[in-house]
Amino acid sequence: MYDLIIVGAGPAGITASVYAARQKMNFLVLSKDIGGQAAWSGDIENYTGYQFISGTDLVAKFQEHLKNYTIELKENVEVKALQKENEIFSVTTNEASYRAKTVVLASGKRSKPLNVPGEAKFKNKGVTYCATCDGPLFANKTVAVVGGGNSALDATTQLINIAQQIYLINIAQDLTADALVQEKVRRSDQVSILNDTQISAILGDKMVTGIKIKTKSEEKTLAVQGVFVEIGLIPNSEFIQDVEKNGIGEIKVNCRNETSISGLFAAGDVTDVPEKQIIIAAGDGAKCALGAFRYLNRKLK
Amino acid sequence: MANVKVYSTPTCPYCIRLKQFLKDNNIQFEDIDVASNQQAAQEMVDKTGQMGVPVVNIDGEVVVGFDREKISQLLGL
Repeated sequence: MYDLIIVGAGPAGITASVYAARQKMNFLVLSKDIGGQAAWSGDIENYTGYQFISGTDLVAKFQEHLKNYTIELKENVEVKALQKENEIFSVTTNEASYRAKTVVLASGKRSKPLNVPGEAKFKNKGVTYCATCDGPLFANKTVAVVGGGNSALDATTQLINIAQQIYLINIAQDLTADALVQEKVRRSDQVSILNDTQISAILGDKMVTGIKIKTKSEEKTLAVQGVFVEIGLIPNSEFIQDVEKNGIGEIKVNCRNETSISGLFAAGDVTDVPEKQIIIAAGDGAKCALGAFRYLNRKLK
Repeated sequence: MANVKVYSTPTCPYCIRLKQFLKDNNIQFEDIDVASNQQAAQEMVDKTGQMGVPVVNIDGEVVVGFDREKISQLLGL
């Protein structure tokens, strides 16, 4: 039995691990993909200490930091169930079950699918959820980016240097991304912004050849070879039922990162914390590990 | 020794982990950067029918993504 199990190894989980290691806790880290969404980020310009760093490099730095400590880490495993019974948590992955006195949930978020015909069929055949990874494959091609927030516009700015023409398909009336990145996109003559527009199907043969879009007044087909889906994220919180969540499935936490279940702490994008930022996830990860440490000390008394 | 080709981009986290996995297991592979080499990118699409990285070709068998189980099985790890 462990003192603590940390679910996730993104910025929140890794920082929690560093703090738990420094308290010499007996703990286990379960990770599906190290770095989480941070690893998929393009350029990061708001993590203190780094004026500019790529997501890949920042995650490498995190891992380097983690290697200073002896940590039990299981990679490429996915948590399927988490419950508390008689003061003990049991965490079940696709491979095994583990028991612990406390848990830090830092399982993050994943891309939201479009749920339109053709999306599943053409995944990796023109449909992609990672502009940073797959962007370079679309050199001199015509592509669509779906979304209107920061991640959609970040994808668009990355693609401006690569693709020939970009349609930005935005379901809302206006873009919601930060002003600075909006300006970059509006300045480019390669980008056509289509507001109030919905994507209704992805078309193709072996590879994507086009998309169907509709506005209030018309429906038409655009010829594109790539579709970048950037319509937001959903929390990885389905494997726990008994905890209090908000309307979109985020786990509710208080300012100490405690959840509605005692001994269960949560940090980062899986929670209802107001800002989803790497630095905030990391900070909350630290609070969780220290909180779990204090919780165990109180129980011993 | 299996003939292993990895098609990747420098910014893709799964590519980095896949290559690290191969190195950790002492598997030699040809690393093809499809971000800087357009011809190689086209070759990947033509040969594998895939437009997403990483793609690994192990003796003609194509695996998409970092599918550790399948890759281990093909390499006899």
